Amino acid sequence: MSPTAKKSLNPLSPKERIKVPRQLMPEQAPEARARNFEEVNLGYDPELARQEALRCLECAKPTCTVSCPVGVKVKEFVELIVAGDFLGAAAKIREDNVLPAVTGRVCPQEDHCEGKCLLSKKVKPLGIGYLERFVADYEQRMGTHALPNVTPTGKRVAVVGSGPSGLTVAGDLIQKGHKVRVFEALHELGGVLVYGIPEFRLPKQIIREQLDYMREMGVEFETDVVVGRTVTIDELMAEEGYDAVYIGTGAGLPQFMGIPGEHFNGVYSANEFLTRINLMKAYKFPVYDEPMLDLRGKNVAVIGGGNTALDAIRSALRLGAAKAYVIYRRSDAEMPARAEEVHHARQEGIDFQMLTAPVEFLSDGKGWLTAARCVRMGLGEPDASGRRRPVPIQGSEFELPLSVAVIAIGTSANPIVQSTTPGLGTNQRGYIQAQDQTQRTTRKGVFAGGDIVTGSATVILAMGAGRRAAKSIHEYLTTGEW
Amino acid sequence: MFNIVQARFLAPGIKRFVLEAPRIARKQKPGQFVILRIYEEGERIPVTIESSDPERGTVSIVVQSAGKTTHLLNSLETGDQVLDLVGPLGKPSEIANYGTVVVVGGGVGTAMAYPTAAALKRAGNRVLSIVGARNRELVILESEMRAVSDALMITTDDGSYADKGFVTDKLRQLIQNGTRIDLVVAVGPIVMMRAVAELTRKENIHTMVSLNPIMIDGTGMCGGCRVLIDGKSEFACVDGPEFDAHSVNFEVLVQRNAMYRDAEQRSLAEFQRVLSREESDQEVEHTCAVARREQP
Repeated sequence: MSPTAKKSLNPLSPKERIKVPRQLMPEQAPEARARNFEEVNLGYDPELARQEALRCLECAKPTCTVSCPVGVKVKEFVELIVAGDFLGAAAKIREDNVLPAVTGRVCPQEDHCEGKCLLSKKVKPLGIGYLERFVADYEQRMGTHALPNVTPTGKRVAVVGSGPSGLTVAGDLIQKGHKVRVFEALHELGGVLVYGIPEFRLPKQIIREQLDYMREMGVEFETDVVVGRTVTIDELMAEEGYDAVYIGTGAGLPQFMGIPGEHFNGVYSANEFLTRINLMKAYKFPVYDEPMLDLRGKNVAVIGGGNTALDAIRSALRLGAAKAYVIYRRSDAEMPARAEEVHHARQEGIDFQMLTAPVEFLSDGKGWLTAARCVRMGLGEPDASGRRRPVPIQGSEFELPLSVAVIAIGTSANPIVQSTTPGLGTNQRGYIQAQDQTQRTTRKGVFAGGDIVTGSATVILAMGAGRRAAKSIHEYLTTGEW
Repeated sequence: MFNIVQARFLAPGIKRFVLEAPRIARKQKPGQFVILRIYEEGERIPVTIESSDPERGTVSIVVQSAGKTTHLLNSLETGDQVLDLVGPLGKPSEIANYGTVVVVGGGVGTAMAYPTAAALKRAGNRVLSIVGARNRELVILESEMRAVSDALMITTDDGSYADKGFVTDKLRQLIQNGTRIDLVVAVGPIVMMRAVAELTRKENIHTMVSLNPIMIDGTGMCGGCRVLIDGKSEFACVDGPEFDAHSVNFEVLVQRNAMYRDAEQRSLAEFQRVLSREESDQEVEHTCAVARREQP
């Protein structure tokens, strides 16, 4: 029986489904969570999950799946939730997504599945992210991951970087029977998921569980290897016998604004600020040795309007900042951050200084930051990104007293792999050239995806690239055709 | 885990470790460094590579006690392990036949200058080396440096060994004697590198220095190691660690390296307090043991 011919397990008529309100995500109270690093969202219980799942209209042509970068079969997994088969639902998601507990938490669903949900034309969209998170967590609590049955192919793949795209490639290819080894530059696995995204949005325990599962499936990991320095792509292929390599090295060098005073003590890149907190646990100093500036009672600002900016400023608040500002040069409508994070940040008391940009950092004369001189902006004609260009308003300059400023305006390409791999094509901005559908680079047997190809993007887009790459690597390994 | 196969003090507070790290040993080139982390709660610190042995799969690092991490590291012995060792990081020194090169090593910086001096010598340069230290005991790698240099000059701040004075005194003498110098490479404390840079700037002698800013990942990701080069931010871990000395803003380097001074001092004091308590515990233990033995 094909899925379309099957009778729906949902007892409600479409009209009744629309009347069921979107189930609210239980969360920590804003005043409590603004001072701790525990997760903001607490997750659905089975009853809430089933109630929410009942809202799915079970569209004949599910736009949710089409708009998902990894193509999760939303309708099918939601129907399994309605049926009470939560483990079945988790397994269904895993067919397309190796990190459901991660994407259920950090994916910008409003730009993908939920943004395309038919319900959203009349009422709030189906809580697809919340449901995904629920089944992934349920499966984890039950401790019953089904291990796929695979026949070894004898082919070996090296994956460079253990972030979301690398893990997706590894997870997909191990299930095709290839041997996979993941190389990570840092001492901990997970890439941006561990050094970038804070505990209150993505608990590290979840990454560890996902990694354990991948190890059980047979994926090998090696930390402390900077590919391009410790070993080159050519050496991996010629000397260590890898048949294919996937480059998923991720976000590159943090960008600075090039305004006066960016070198003052107290000015951080978002990557450094978040790495000190998330990876090095500097907030537990002196139990952990890595230090960071004491933020208690201080004024802290982040410059930028993306998820990284919000992660940084919400962390600063949790570390005791007296005032925590977001300085963003455009308006609310243009903010690239996930809608839920903006909402949560506002609830927690983050002060959003919109249409504002710093023009200079000021110091105490001894090299320590004391303030940012800022200018207010108006919005002009749309620019190359299609967003309205911010234009400084004459005479609007003011000083914002600050002890710490965190620059979160994006990254540029990290050159290490490109500069040590002859023949690997790059674009004008230094990112690796990869074909859209296959993720093939200009070097035979070498594939690339994620931020090192596109520039800063999201976890799910990196996973989408990993998905396409895994398919394409599998084709290459089975046919030998390039 | 990385095994320490040999640990030996070269001077008070300066220790040389040979570690098993086959991948790093194969790839290491002069001018590069490693980042290590001793234990789970430890910080990541950049450390000088003195040499490597690709056949045995080992690298040698030289560490001077300064803060908690380096004190702890220097308490480790042969047979101990460090949790993480990653590298070789940074761009290698640019080795070519320049003609006459003066290699300046100050204090523990001599360990980083040594492989560069050796490579420059192999490339056919006339290598004149100047090694400076505070006193006799802190002069390290003297015979190694001598072996790869056409001439070796040594200075100590207090005159307790060789000539009293600073490395810049020797460099100035060379210049005043009319020695043709095609390149100066200086590795050591910031004040020393800055003094060398100021001296050679006037003489228009191309000079490279190896910078040691605060660093976390060492791969360009965090940007903590940014240094001002000709007024522009560059990252020591991917663009350096060697830079044209005449383009470096040393004042900003000093200022940024002092960013965590309070925390570093607190860490070290706490570490030394725990250490002394353990030592006194051991003394009590020892006294008790002696007392027990002496009982009839």
